[in-house]
Amino acid sequence: MKAFDARMAAVLAGLFRGWIETRHTLTDTVSVIGYFASPVIFVIVLLFMRGMTVPGTEFALGAMVLPSLVGMSIAFGGLTGAAGTIAADREDGTLLRAKATPNGMVGYLVGKIVMFAATALVSVVLLVIPALTVAGELQLGPRTWLLLALVFIVGMVSTVPISVVLGSLIKSAAQTALLFLASILLIVPSGIFYPITAMPVWLQYLGQAFPFYWLGLGARSAMLPEAMAAIEIGGSWRTFEMFLVLGVWAVIGMALAPRVLRRMARRQSGATVAAARERIMSKGY
Amino acid sequence: MSAQAGPGSVGNRMTLAVRDLRMRYGDTDVLSGVTFSAQRGEVLGLLGPNGAGKTTTIEILEGFRKRSAGEVSVLGVDPARGDEAWRSRIGVVLQSWRDHGQWRVRELLGYLARFYVPFSAPGMPRPWCVDELIEVIGLSELANARIMTLSGGQRRRLDVAIAIVGRPEVVFLDEPTAGFDPHARREFHGLMHQLSDLENTTILITTHDLDEAEKVADRIIVLDEGRIVADGTVEHLARQFAAGAEVRWTSGGRRHVHAVRSGDPTGFVRGLLAKDEDITDLEVRRASLEDTYMALVQRAEAGPSRFARQADTEQREGTGDASEAQASP
Repeated sequence: MKAFDARMAAVLAGLFRGWIETRHTLTDTVSVIGYFASPVIFVIVLLFMRGMTVPGTEFALGAMVLPSLVGMSIAFGGLTGAAGTIAADREDGTLLRAKATPNGMVGYLVGKIVMFAATALVSVVLLVIPALTVAGELQLGPRTWLLLALVFIVGMVSTVPISVVLGSLIKSAAQTALLFLASILLIVPSGIFYPITAMPVWLQYLGQAFPFYWLGLGARSAMLPEAMAAIEIGGSWRTFEMFLVLGVWAVIGMALAPRVLRRMARRQSGATVAAARERIMSKGY
Repeated sequence: MSAQAGPGSVGNRMTLAVRDLRMRYGDTDVLSGVTFSAQRGEVLGLLGPNGAGKTTTIEILEGFRKRSAGEVSVLGVDPARGDEAWRSRIGVVLQSWRDHGQWRVRELLGYLARFYVPFSAPGMPRPWCVDELIEVIGLSELANARIMTLSGGQRRRLDVAIAIVGRPEVVFLDEPTAGFDPHARREFHGLMHQLSDLENTTILITTHDLDEAEKVADRIIVLDEGRIVADGTVEHLARQFAAGAEVRWTSGGRRHVHAVRSGDPTGFVRGLLAKDEDITDLEVRRASLEDTYMALVQRAEAGPSRFARQADTEQREGTGDASEAQASP
């Protein structure tokens, strides 16, 4: 009973931690600039795509990019966010403090999940502002919001654990930049900025292996008129396949993350933190 | 003293019990047979030059590192198998760097305090009242300050507060005053005394500074190259190391040095004076604990050697070069 109470206390402490960290990141200039990145990109894309339509249709290309960007924000927030902070938290001793506290790792993880969900939500919601300019083209109804909420939750569950795994494998916070770069490269075959069907077949297969494509597809299926499914692969929204692929990613992530995290935490000690500090003090990264 | 204390026999009575602890990385022995123990409320100073194995020892006791061999018990539990309930009775003073920089002092302590609430026991309410604790560490006026704005000394006091917020029975500190100015150092030592006096907490502190060990510890263990070379109270060690003496004199234009290993050097001097009438510049110098420790630190920096061997210096006679046999200042 006592062990259970202690875990519950840790989960509650984690919610408190998530709330505090969310507040911190929402008042931090650099992170706030990050949240505005997607809306700003979208505005630029809209400007470039003015008057352009989806090939073979009368549908504004800009309106199609919006749901894709919603999908991308979910994937990006989940995939790069956790990896970056975990690598940094390992180096600065945050993880070690969690380890030195009874059930501290539980609190740490709950806090992270709350924070990533909250911040990804913020960046998605911010897209709404420029989205109003193309709202006339979109299909918005109860189905839209329900499906978007589902895509958001599945998106978080399928990307955050993978991100945690990647973050544990990364040796230093500086290497997070590489992960960021890889994520950007994966956006190319993801169908977010340009219909995937217009790409070489091998690139289509590559794109379909990663969550970016499926999250974009999910968001499109929620927000675009039914007729737009015609230009997707197979001429369908493939909702079942979307949940299936994202579910597989989630299962892989959930199976690996606790193990990798535990292994990483086991190797964490005052000496390793001191070594990281010394390296950064002398080399600067 | 420590020799008969082991996890099996007296582990339950002893707060810390370590027997024949060994640690090996590849072919290198970092710890080769360390044995010591500590009672409830004792402040133990683990002293030694850099690379002596202090951090490895304390991290094994903290449960952060797996040992190669030996028996270890902290509060009657093997740290390698310590569960969260055990963890709640241990305080580890980590050296904060830039973690939780955006958090405010009260925020972080309040957050960490939450984890200890379920571990309250009759007569042992957990955790500390956060505001009371902030007052004890003298940060009341900075309770709402962001942690990154604290000075080095203030941060370290916060580190101590974090370690003790759950009212631990044992507190581990690894080189807590590294990089401190003398003022911050003295403040920190005061905090340590407060902790052991008020709460009867067992404290294990590592340091490479003899002066610090003398100031805070009831008992000092000197570690060199993974072995304990001395273990006792400050007075005990001072007597043990002051037992030897050096006698120097000049005779026939040559400088001589003679080390008296133990006992009273008077007899040797009497004999010497009777034997040789040309003696001038006679000097008898007792080795202090500091001399012995500084010699150990210098040797550790210069290269591999055994402190133990040096500590029981055999009688030797120097010719000419006095500095060769001289204990370093």
